Amino acid sequence: MSTAQFVQYLVSGVTQGSIYALIGLGFTMIYAVTKIINFAQGEFVMLGGMLSFTLAHSAGLPLAPALIISVIVAALVGAAMYIFAIRPAKSASVVSLIIITIGAAIFIRGLAGVLWGVDSVRPPFFTGSRSISFLGAYIHPQALWIIGTTVVVTIILHLFLAYTMVGKALKACAINPVASSLVGINPRTMALIAFVLAAAVGGIGGVVMAPLTLTSYNVGVMLGLKGFVAAAIGGFKSPLVAVFGGLLLGVVESLAVAANWGPFTSAYKDAIAVIVLLLILLIRSGRLAEEEMTG
Amino acid sequence: MLSRLKSKWSYVVIAALLTLSILLPFDWFLSQYTTLAIFIGIYTIVTVGLCLLMGYTGQVSLGQAAFFGIGAYISAILSKTYGVNPWLAMLIAAIMTGAFAYIIGYPIFRLKGNYLAMATLGLGLIMWILFRELSHFTGGPDGMSGIPYLSIGGFVFNTSFRRYFLVWFFCLAVLLISQNIVRSRVGRALRAIHGSEAASESIGINVEQFKVKILVLSAVYASIAGSLFVHHLRFVSPGTFDFLASVKLVVMAVIGGLASVWGAIFGAGATRILSDEILLRFGQWDIVIYGLILVLVMIFMPEGLFVRLKEIFERLRLMYRQRGVEP
Amino acid sequence: MRNYLKYAVVLVLVAALLALGGISCSKGEKEAYKVGALFSTTGANSNLGLPEKETVDMMVEQINAAGGINGHPLEVVFYNTETDPAKCATLATKLIEQDNVLAIIGPTGSPESLGIIDTVTTAKIPNVSCAANIGIVTPVSERYWVFKTPQADKEVADEILRYMQQHDITKIAIITDVNAFGAGGKAVLNSDAGNYGITIVADQTFGSDDTSMQSQLTYIEGKHPEAVICWATDKASAIVAQDMKTLQMTIPLFCSHGIANQAFINEAGDAANGVIFAAGKLLIVDEVPATDPQKDVLTQYKTDYETKYPGKTASTFGGHAYDALSMVVIALGKIPGGLDTAAARQAVRDQIEQIHNYVGISGVFTMSPTDHLGMQPGSLAMIKIVDGKWTWLK
Repeated sequence: MSTAQFVQYLVSGVTQGSIYALIGLGFTMIYAVTKIINFAQGEFVMLGGMLSFTLAHSAGLPLAPALIISVIVAALVGAAMYIFAIRPAKSASVVSLIIITIGAAIFIRGLAGVLWGVDSVRPPFFTGSRSISFLGAYIHPQALWIIGTTVVVTIILHLFLAYTMVGKALKACAINPVASSLVGINPRTMALIAFVLAAAVGGIGGVVMAPLTLTSYNVGVMLGLKGFVAAAIGGFKSPLVAVFGGLLLGVVESLAVAANWGPFTSAYKDAIAVIVLLLILLIRSGRLAEEEMTG
Repeated sequence: MLSRLKSKWSYVVIAALLTLSILLPFDWFLSQYTTLAIFIGIYTIVTVGLCLLMGYTGQVSLGQAAFFGIGAYISAILSKTYGVNPWLAMLIAAIMTGAFAYIIGYPIFRLKGNYLAMATLGLGLIMWILFRELSHFTGGPDGMSGIPYLSIGGFVFNTSFRRYFLVWFFCLAVLLISQNIVRSRVGRALRAIHGSEAASESIGINVEQFKVKILVLSAVYASIAGSLFVHHLRFVSPGTFDFLASVKLVVMAVIGGLASVWGAIFGAGATRILSDEILLRFGQWDIVIYGLILVLVMIFMPEGLFVRLKEIFERLRLMYRQRGVEP
Repeated sequence: MRNYLKYAVVLVLVAALLALGGISCSKGEKEAYKVGALFSTTGANSNLGLPEKETVDMMVEQINAAGGINGHPLEVVFYNTETDPAKCATLATKLIEQDNVLAIIGPTGSPESLGIIDTVTTAKIPNVSCAANIGIVTPVSERYWVFKTPQADKEVADEILRYMQQHDITKIAIITDVNAFGAGGKAVLNSDAGNYGITIVADQTFGSDDTSMQSQLTYIEGKHPEAVICWATDKASAIVAQDMKTLQMTIPLFCSHGIANQAFINEAGDAANGVIFAAGKLLIVDEVPATDPQKDVLTQYKTDYETKYPGKTASTFGGHAYDALSMVVIALGKIPGGLDTAAARQAVRDQIEQIHNYVGISGVFTMSPTDHLGMQPGSLAMIKIVDGKWTWLK
């Protein structure tokens, strides 16, 4: 394997990983505040992409307003999902809430299929499609947008959670909802904000990746799965580790293809990546258990 | 948690249901649903195992389709490619699946909470990829066809009619065995674990061992269901055991209700009837309605169908009793 | 005494439910000829299944407007298989036992089609499949009831390999989808490449829902092939085309008939230009000479489809369904009236097997007891995409 090839594997892996990271961020946001695994996260991403196509391509809106509106609509869908599907469930068990998110995901996916049909579509690239040379490898300009967006969103989210009142309230709610409500933080408002934020992050991910990955009514399933893995690495609690998890997943998948080791051809890349990550988790769980015991 | 059936009304309802089920394939009208009933029976068997696993270990299993698929493929490969007697193949499949669950059980249960969920997801994903890629044995993405029927002596289960009774025999057996487990010492231990693992450990219950045992049991159930599946359809392909399949199984378990093994019939039944009969009529809107129904059912019946139906049944009985008639 | 009342009530209810059977007992002969259709309008194969269903809907309208088949109206009972072989098998049983259809057209995908072979054989009902795998109709001795209309993957692959041989290409890489369609192409390319003096230096695969094939292409680049063959349907192929452009790979990209629709061009954008593939002649019907027997059928179908479904472009997948239903209709037109279901199914099957020189969309068909695909050579065209349009490479 030449250096240029190795760099290319990394570049491709980081691009894919950024996609997973963005989705994983959304999972983490909702889980951290509400303890719900939101199986509809992938659908928010799908909506961002589909809407940006309709607005930018079919309706002919200029790019920036199309993207912004798409993200806002995705965020509104997240809010609607919380208000109409999650909040009415009151004190349902975690498992029941998970089924509700599954139901909501199927509902959104189905509605997208009815409205947009089944074909894949490609929204316009932000800055064209001439690939850029980088250390002997090539990177698509849209991939730079994806990586850049992931970095920016992660930083903004981190600052938001650490330094703003709302952000701190969200974190407090995540750490201890009962205590937070005692100091006047309304867990239902926090949950709504978490859903809106997660949907917005998903929508942002969707609009920035759709030109490169193509989008259709059912991309949410696979994307949600990858984002779930990314978030799981972060324990569903830490946004930063979720981003790291996503990047790791992308890079390991890419290197698994490069290795082409024996019978484990590129067909096995998803399995290899999952196994590697599970091994990491197993090792971590050993250390985590130690940390808990030594306090 | 399941109260004894004290009133005679319950026996009446059960007798009626039993009669209906036995006569179903004979009836001119209902017999067209025999195949549907077979699938409900098969999926109930998987769901019972999943209910026990999720209900008592409190863990979501996102990869249960893996065990279903292992049982299916082992049965298919042994009976079709190697000419092994289908019953023996089913037994071997169940043993192998159970052993597999035992081996991965201990490492998997070292992970907690959502890490465990991801491990189950990973398991499902890896098995699906193996079913697809080990094409020399499994037939690859095209699958395998020509799987033989089950038979006893000269009596071959080659009609839906016969397989209906076969599948429901297994299904009832599984349900009764599980009900027994739930009421036994094992069941009480499991409920203790579900309540508090730390407390259970402190009174001498080996939590890990119990969890692994339940995993093995659920795997064996799923394997049996898988075997029945391939001897009914005579065809198997990897698409039946993907991530979405595992999700559907979880939906069946929760919709039916995790509190009781009988909920599995309702969960599997309601889901299959919806997707195989009712939603067909709605064209492109079928999954929109399905999603809506899921959300509504979980909002209004968070404990599952079985518990809610029992509540309604009890309320009717009380209303009836208040009118001065002794039930 | 009151106890028995409840038992009685329940028993009456049970009896009533069972008695419903009496009300909906089976009828005598029906006026309409019923044909079953199994296509995947949702799921992974939805963009193949949807044009198939649309084509069938259009044909039913046309046939019934023209008076039906020998006066019998044509009724197609359609079920969506959702690209799920288990569901497909269940629906096939439903069509056979509940809807009492005389023949089944479809399914769309190979696993689904392979999965119902046992069902239709046991039930003794003819099945004209719209799926790719040659195993659907071979070995013919075991496929008495099964026919198919799309070209076999082998013919498409051989067409591409032959073209490459004519252009002195000797080293290629193949990149295929892990699904049944891609696996079929991979198998046939690996077995036939040698016959054309071509060596496969890299053999990569990707998942149907993958969003990037750059890693696989990077690996391929390292083996220095002279061309790449991609075997997948439009979406995945579009990503391959795009990734090749991103990696600034200059070698030509050949694709399967899975991209024989407008969707590929829309999805791949600029990257579609220069792609070469083999498919039926529908896409380049304007360039087909008037002497070609298929010219009229192709032109008519394209016009009809695009009139009925404005904004859509006719695709070869719809053509597969057109041919399947047409052959069933031809068969129905030749069977005598007054047959019961079992005899009618046998008669339809026999008539399909005797079809001779049926000029269809996918090709010209002559079925026989030893050939249930029956496609005559010359049905495929090598097509190149230039400026977003299909051109015929003669």
